[in-house]
Amino acid sequence: MGDLAARFRAAYGAPVGHLLLLVGAFAIAGWVALRLAAEPTAGRMLVWFVGAAIAHDFVLFPIYGLADRVLRRALGTYGVPASGPAPLNHIRVPALASGLLFLVYLPGILRLGRPTYLAASGQDQRPFLGRWLLATAVLFLASAVGYALRRWWSRGR
Amino acid sequence: MSAESTPPAGGSPAGSERAHPGRRAYGFPRRWWEFLAAHPPPGAATVNRRWRSPLRGPWLTSVFGLVLLVGLPLVFLTGLLDYLAYSPQFGQAFPRDVGWLRLPPFDWPTRPSWLFRLTQGLHVGLGITLIPIVLAKLWSVLPKLFAWPPARSVAQVLERLSLLLLVGGILFEIVTGLLDIQYAYLFGFDFYTAHYFGAWVFVAALVTHVALKLRRMLTGLRSRSLPEELATYRAGTRPEPPDPDELVAALPGPPTMSRRGALALVGGLSALLAALTVGQHFEGPWRRIALLLPRGRQPGAGPTGFPVNRTAAAAGVRAADIGPGWRLTLRAGGRSVTVDRAGLLAMAQHTVTLPIACVEGWSTVQTWTGVRLRDLAALVGADGITAAHVVSLEKAGLFRQATLQANQVLDADSLLALRVNGVDLSLDHGYPARVIVPALPGVHCTKWVARIEFRGRTGG
Repeated sequence: MGDLAARFRAAYGAPVGHLLLLVGAFAIAGWVALRLAAEPTAGRMLVWFVGAAIAHDFVLFPIYGLADRVLRRALGTYGVPASGPAPLNHIRVPALASGLLFLVYLPGILRLGRPTYLAASGQDQRPFLGRWLLATAVLFLASAVGYALRRWWSRGR
Repeated sequence: MSAESTPPAGGSPAGSERAHPGRRAYGFPRRWWEFLAAHPPPGAATVNRRWRSPLRGPWLTSVFGLVLLVGLPLVFLTGLLDYLAYSPQFGQAFPRDVGWLRLPPFDWPTRPSWLFRLTQGLHVGLGITLIPIVLAKLWSVLPKLFAWPPARSVAQVLERLSLLLLVGGILFEIVTGLLDIQYAYLFGFDFYTAHYFGAWVFVAALVTHVALKLRRMLTGLRSRSLPEELATYRAGTRPEPPDPDELVAALPGPPTMSRRGALALVGGLSALLAALTVGQHFEGPWRRIALLLPRGRQPGAGPTGFPVNRTAAAAGVRAADIGPGWRLTLRAGGRSVTVDRAGLLAMAQHTVTLPIACVEGWSTVQTWTGVRLRDLAALVGADGITAAHVVSLEKAGLFRQATLQANQVLDADSLLALRVNGVDLSLDHGYPARVIVPALPGVHCTKWVARIEFRGRTGG
């Protein structure tokens, strides 16, 4: 019995429990897929499901990774001094925050879905782009002030 | 320079093989896996060397994992509660037919009156707050996606496929949820169906992932001390020792940020999103904190200046429908009574302060005045009430009607409201009359009511 388990493990690459767990997950996903297959929009759902993972791994990640690399190159050793606050991070943090706000609140900022928005709220989406730009400016400004304060503090000591 | 500071035990591939026996073992068919491993696509080695962050490692991944392990089940459960709040027993929770994924039937309570406000607020608010943690967790494990060979056994192939369900699932839920609360239905499929079933696919993958990785996470958490990490600045930051999962970079670069800095950054981004979301539940100027969300804005001033979920214009309610000719029809057991607005105002009036909360994760507390639903039931002689079907003047739309449970009809605070904050309802808020029931989802608090049919055991 123990020998059989060991042989299964060697051939499959993990204990039996591993296979059972995965089969369970695939069974639920498969059941959902079969159920939704009859929906006329099933194809779209699949595209958005797989597309979300692809968009993150092969679009969003490379973009922010590349942006960070370019920023680091541009700042060079100045960006990360041996001691004291790093200017690099004082650009990274507000940039990331601004980018995140853009992604999360993108429909309002880009005024997507205008008719539905109007029907639901009786309003338009005009203010959001300006507010996001303002938030971005405030974030960068706060970061710059924070940098100045930290630098002054680290020099004082 | 950082490479020199890593412990020698894991420095060479041979060393890591010794430290983790069986790690490099290939499953069946062994030759195929070996062939795959020996033939990496061009650039695979370059990509592997490009992962330079000295912060990636089992400890950091485990910290993010732990936060998500606590937070995501809460988002899932509050989501299911929201589904239940729509009374699926009347076929008015969407999606209607969910087969085996049906939830146990139970009557959504009317107490506490802020119940739906809480569950829906948590679902949307916590869901948004966790976005930076999800992205950080994905960042911390991303090198694994590009590792070569992609698998060494059938077990690893299946596990990677399940990760597509996990990652696709959480991102799908986040994206559809975010688009829904901002009314941008770009995806062109039914939101409810997609969000409900997507959640189950994700949770199935999550349970599997947690079962497989829980021990790794606990080991990872124990591998470093949180207080020490929180006291370690950038200059003292060292990479974690090489791990069996190869999360730690093979050639870590010098640190540009400490672990405490990274945690503060991710936590700060979460706090920022939380702050910009919670404003949707506040009154007056505080509501504006939800700077970038639809309900951060007051549509008007005065007693009826609070947000709406559907305008009268969008609902197709015309002035002629709600003029002096408007009548409320009450039905029960074959009897029928019609009342005009003056007649309703002549009945006993009750004033209650109740929250109204919407599925998009916003709420507002207002003071409503009107006739108790149970008084209306008595007016038409309804007895032994099991439910009430409320129909609006709206011509179309999913929510032009709603069925209320017995407890929702009979609650002393359940009103057919005629006035709000001391003035007549405005047209957008449902004039001439609207339903307001404690803890009931906003869309079921039917506006522009035309007819209420009480159903009961005796002739309902």
